[in-house]
Parts: sequence; C-alpha cells; structure tokens
Amino acid sequence: MSNLLVARDVCKTYGNYTALNNLSLEIPKGSIFGLLGPNGAGKTTFIRIINQITMPDKGSITFNGEALQQKHIAHIGYLPEERGLYKSMKVGEQALYLAQLKGLSKLEAKRKLNEWFERLEICDWWNKKIQELSKGMAQKVQFIVTVLHEPSLLIFDEPFSGFDPVNANLIKDEILALRDKGATIVFSTHRMESVEELCDNIALIHQSNKILDGELSQIKRNFKSNTFELGIEAQDKEYFNEQLAANYEVEPAYFKSIYDDVKLQVKLKEHQSTNQLLNEVSSRGRINHFKEVIPSVNDIFIQSVTNHE
Amino acid sequence: MNKLPLIIKREFKARVRNRTFVVMTFVSPLIFVGMIMLIAFLSNLNKGDQKVVAVYDENDRFYVFLEETDEVRYIDLSNIELEDAKNTVRESEYYALLYIPRDSLEKRLAGKIEFFVDETPNASILNKIERAIGNELTNQQLIESGVDLSKIESSQTNVDLIIETFSGEKTSKLSGYIKMGFGAAAGYLLFMFIIIYGNMVMRSVIEEKTNRIIEIIISSVKPVQLMMGKVLGTSLAGLTQFAIWAILILILLFVSSAVLGIDIQGQSPQQQVVEEAIAQSKIELVFADIARLPLTTLFITFFIYFFCGFFLYSSIYAAIGAAVDNETDTQQFMLPVLIPLILGIYVGFFSVVENPHGTVSTIFSFIPLTSPVVMLMRIPFGVALWEILLSISILIITIFGVVWFAAKIYRVGILMYGKKPSYKELYKWLKY
Repeated sequence: MSNLLVARDVCKTYGNYTALNNLSLEIPKGSIFGLLGPNGAGKTTFIRIINQITMPDKGSITFNGEALQQKHIAHIGYLPEERGLYKSMKVGEQALYLAQLKGLSKLEAKRKLNEWFERLEICDWWNKKIQELSKGMAQKVQFIVTVLHEPSLLIFDEPFSGFDPVNANLIKDEILALRDKGATIVFSTHRMESVEELCDNIALIHQSNKILDGELSQIKRNFKSNTFELGIEAQDKEYFNEQLAANYEVEPAYFKSIYDDVKLQVKLKEHQSTNQLLNEVSSRGRINHFKEVIPSVNDIFIQSVTNHE
Repeated sequence: MNKLPLIIKREFKARVRNRTFVVMTFVSPLIFVGMIMLIAFLSNLNKGDQKVVAVYDENDRFYVFLEETDEVRYIDLSNIELEDAKNTVRESEYYALLYIPRDSLEKRLAGKIEFFVDETPNASILNKIERAIGNELTNQQLIESGVDLSKIESSQTNVDLIIETFSGEKTSKLSGYIKMGFGAAAGYLLFMFIIIYGNMVMRSVIEEKTNRIIEIIISSVKPVQLMMGKVLGTSLAGLTQFAIWAILILILLFVSSAVLGIDIQGQSPQQQVVEEAIAQSKIELVFADIARLPLTTLFITFFIYFFCGFFLYSSIYAAIGAAVDNETDTQQFMLPVLIPLILGIYVGFFSVVENPHGTVSTIFSFIPLTSPVVMLMRIPFGVALWEILLSISILIITIFGVVWFAAKIYRVGILMYGKKPSYKELYKWLKY
C-alpha cells in the first residue's frame, strides 16, 4: 500500500513558540488515519500546513508523490474543528459558493449538491438561511460542503461534535462509505472510542513532537503486557491466592460476571504461555471468563503522554 | 482557476442585499430632501411670528423711518407718558420698547437712545433700527451743513468688475466658489465613502472571523485573494450606490426644475423681465464656468483617486478587522486611520480653498494617505498634469506597500483568536 501523504521533518515556529518540531508522518492511501494528541500539541498546525493555510518553516510534504502545491487544494476536503458558515446567506447559495471555490463548475456543484441533499434528506433547507438552522443542522451542511468535491484526502477535525447520536452515526457511516470509495481520511479527535472504532493508523503528537505512530493493531500489540482476565467458579479460593500467585503475577480483577466467580488478572512471565496457565487452572473449577487484556487507545494515549513528561 | 471573480460577486451581493445598504441608498436621499423641506417649512413658520416694537419718541420724527418687515412692526406710543408706555408694552406682550429722548443735537442723541427688552435682543432687529435712525441722523446733519441729498443719491455709483481671462473668456465672480464647490464635494464624498465602506470591509472580516468560516475559505483560496475580493466587491457596491444616487438626483433635479419653471412663469410681471434677463446672463456665465472646469480630468481623476484611495484605506481596514476579535477592540487602531483622512479634509477646506497651489496644499496632495482627498479638491483649480501623474504614482506605489503589509497582518490575524493585539504583537505577525 502506497502513501497518499508523506511529511518529512516539518517544522513550524511562531515567534519563540515551536508548534511542530521535525514531524515526519506517512498517511497510507485509503486508510483512516487518527491524528491524536493533547490540546495544543500541534495537530491543528499540521492540518493547516496540509491545507496550505500556513507554510512550514522547514521540511517537505508530498501529496500523491508530488510536492504539495496549490493545485492539490481541489483534492483536499477540510472540516475544521471551529466551524461556521455565513449566517445570513442561504444554505444552497452558500454551498454552491464554497463548492465553486474548491474548483467545481456551478452546474456540477448543483448536481452533486442535489444528490447529497436528497441523501441526507435536507432538500427543503435549500432556501433557508444558516441562522434559521440549529447547530447540528448547520454541521450537516458543512459536512456536505467538505466532501462535495470528492477529494482524495479528507481531513475531519472533531467531526462528531454537535451531532446527536443518530446523526453522529449517519455521519460515521458516510465517512466509512467515503473510505470504501477510496478516499483517505485524516481524523483528529479526542473521542477515543471513535478512534478505536474507525482508525487503521494513528499518530500521537505531544508538545510539538510525534511520540508514537503506526498501524493501530501493531501499536496495541506493542503495548499489551501479556495480561489475562480469568473468571473461574471454584471452591478452593485459597489456591488462587497462594499457589497460583507463586508462579504468576496475580491481582484481583474487576469485571462484571453473572456467576459467583473468582476474578483474577494474571500476568504471564516471558517463558509462560496461555495454554500453560489454562492447563493449570482448568482442573480447579469451571472457567467462565478468559480474555486477554488489550490496552485501549485511551490507555495508550494516557500512558504515552504521561511517560513523556 | 481564478476564484477572485467568485469572491467579488459574493461580497458584492452580500453588501447590496444588506438591509442597511438598501435603506441608505433609497431612504437617505429622501431624508436629505425631507430635511431641506423641513428647514424651509420651519423658516416659513418663523416668518409668521412678527414681533412688535413700541416706539416712544420724544422728538416725534423717527417713527416714519422705521419700516415694517416680516420680522418686525412698530407702534407709536409717543403720545402717552413713558411709564404708561412701558406698562402698555408689558401688558400687551410687545417685544420691546424703543425710547428716543428729546435732544436737538444729533451727535449727542445718537448715544442716548434706549431699547428696553426682556429677552436677548434679536441682532437683526437691532441692526435695522440702528441703521434707520442712523441714516436719518446722518441725513439731517448733511442737510444742516448745506448738502443737497438728491445730489448724493444721484452720484452714488456701483462698480461691477467684469472678470475675464487673458485668453478673453468671461467668467462670473462665482467661479472661485464653483471650483471650491466641485472640489469640496468630490473630496468630501471620497472621505465619507472611505469611512462608511472601509468600516463595512472591516465588519465583514470580523464577521468571517467570528463565524469561523474563514478557515474553510482559506483552505480553498489564498487569504490575499479573499482580502482583494472583499475590497473590490465592496467598492463595486459603493459605486453602485453612487450610480443610484446620481440617477435619483438627476430625476429629482428634473422634477424640481419642471415644477420651479412653472412657478417662475406664473409670477413674472412685466418689470421683472429685465432683471431676469440680467440674471439669465449671469446664470449663463456660471454654466460657462462649469463647462470650462477641467471636467474630463476631474471625472477621470475622480475615479482614479476614488478607487486608489478606497483600496489603500480599505486594505488597512481589512487588516484591522483581521487583527481583532470584535468591533470594540478596533478603537485603538481607528485613530491612525482617521487622522490622515481628517487631516486631508482640513487641509482641503482651509488651505486649498485659501490658496490651491500653495506649499501646504501641494505637499499634502503628494502624501499618499491625504492625496486622494486633497488632490481632488485642487483639481478644479487646474493642476499641472505632471503633478497629478506624480501624485497618482506615489499613491499606487504606496498601495502596493500597504497591501503587502495589510495582507501579512490579515493572513496571520484571521486565524488568531482570543488575543487582544497590540502594535507590538502586529509587528511580530509581520515576521511570521
């Protein structure tokens, strides 16, 4: 799989403040890429550099193998976190204007807008002014404007904020559909569960530096600690606290169970395997629960950021 | 693809569709006409309010010389006692009492006449009375020293200079005023236009910033393009407004002159014909004066200075709009913009009117921030072509500099939130 966007040693400073320090990133084609980081880490600066709103002081960015330049604007769609539209302009007129700014002809823009308006069932909004719409409704219009020109790179900064669960789901499905059609999606958010659900790759930026990046599953493999949750219905509770604890690192676990289980968290040592563990405990009672503890993106985020301080 | 026309179109539409634009364009001429009519009406009302001045003249000779006007009439109360006269005035609510004591010596009498009044006396009434009595006293003394009054009257001569240029063109004495009028109108119009429409540009930048739409737009077009589109679109809206006003004024003139024309014919008795003919020839001279103004130059330079001046100032306005988060923060930056504008108007109204080609006027018509206003005021008086060209060149070079400068601040400013910018901060932005 080739990369749609490659950043090499990108630096950006504002006066004495360093917003990005030698950032290098690769965003694979057709993936959903999570751009994560605490507030003020430099995500927005990087996104603005991709959009050519600000220029990097140093470093290079290639888009589809070419150096990033003005003509690529037409292939990028950007939904900023702080979003807004002209309040006193009509929805249709405004969407047409913004689409034309992205390089669509008026006719084409109109045709595509009609398609999208029908799809999201908002046709009767065409002649309404933005100030008459609710925040969520305006967000929908904004989403359409972002994706209308069928960009190959879509950048969403907190795309779900302001949406109710039903509409958030609708937008999520649209994003996945766009990915399936071949678009590459950069996704910046603080909602870790969406990252968990959607992202194939992530990069974590902290204090202007990239501290982590790669395929999400690989990162998770790197972060896992060979720890397993065990729930077993057993009489001899003493055994678990003493004998098992002598061989493994055992701690009490907290998970929900409908049985009266002994709940444990067992961490394997280098030479130990899951089969070994299961063999050892299977004779002691009925095993109701056995699950590897896989770190969540949330855990990885917090762990990486705190380790880095 | 060039997106500038798109932006210009949107900005133009946004301005023109705005309610204030519609109101300003169509209602303000009506308000203007209405005001004039109201003033005329009120001064007519005033005329009905004729004041009564009682005259108590112990010499019994001045009453006949006091002429009744719209403003004042006189009652002779000389045949009763002074105290009674005073009471009568108070009881009948007359305006004042003029008391002229008996004195056979004119010089002495002149210093003894009294005017009793409770309010602050009306200056024009006082003037009339003083002139009437003064004339009579002077005439009396002239007669006493043996001068024949009729001879004085018949030898009185008025001089009316015929003003002519060396090339033989006759001009009216009003010529200076006409030039002044044209220049002042052009300069003042530009001044108002810059302030009103510059503010519009600024507000629209602030609107985009607070709406947060700015980030979406500049991910499609360059900030400079957006700024230029905004300035151009807004100035087109302004020119549209002027065009509409010009048409409205023409219509109004046409209608009013038609109405007035009928009026004049209706009330012109035989004797006025001669006077009218003289007036006619004077009006012709005035029109000849207007026609002799460098009208083409005036027209072309008006547009050049108008456009350049507006471009210069509105880029500064746009930069200010970008630097702040809301309109209240603009105050600190407005002063440096307004000072050169106001200076231009002052120089125009005082220095240019006094001496259109003096040092002060000339210098200020080259300084780029004041030149649009000052030069426009000078042009009706005839300015050498090289001066105009030099002034315009300096202006255009400055525009490039200022636009570059403004675009830098604009580019950084539109993405800055929550910072109340100082001049120091702006200077830092220039280096980003």
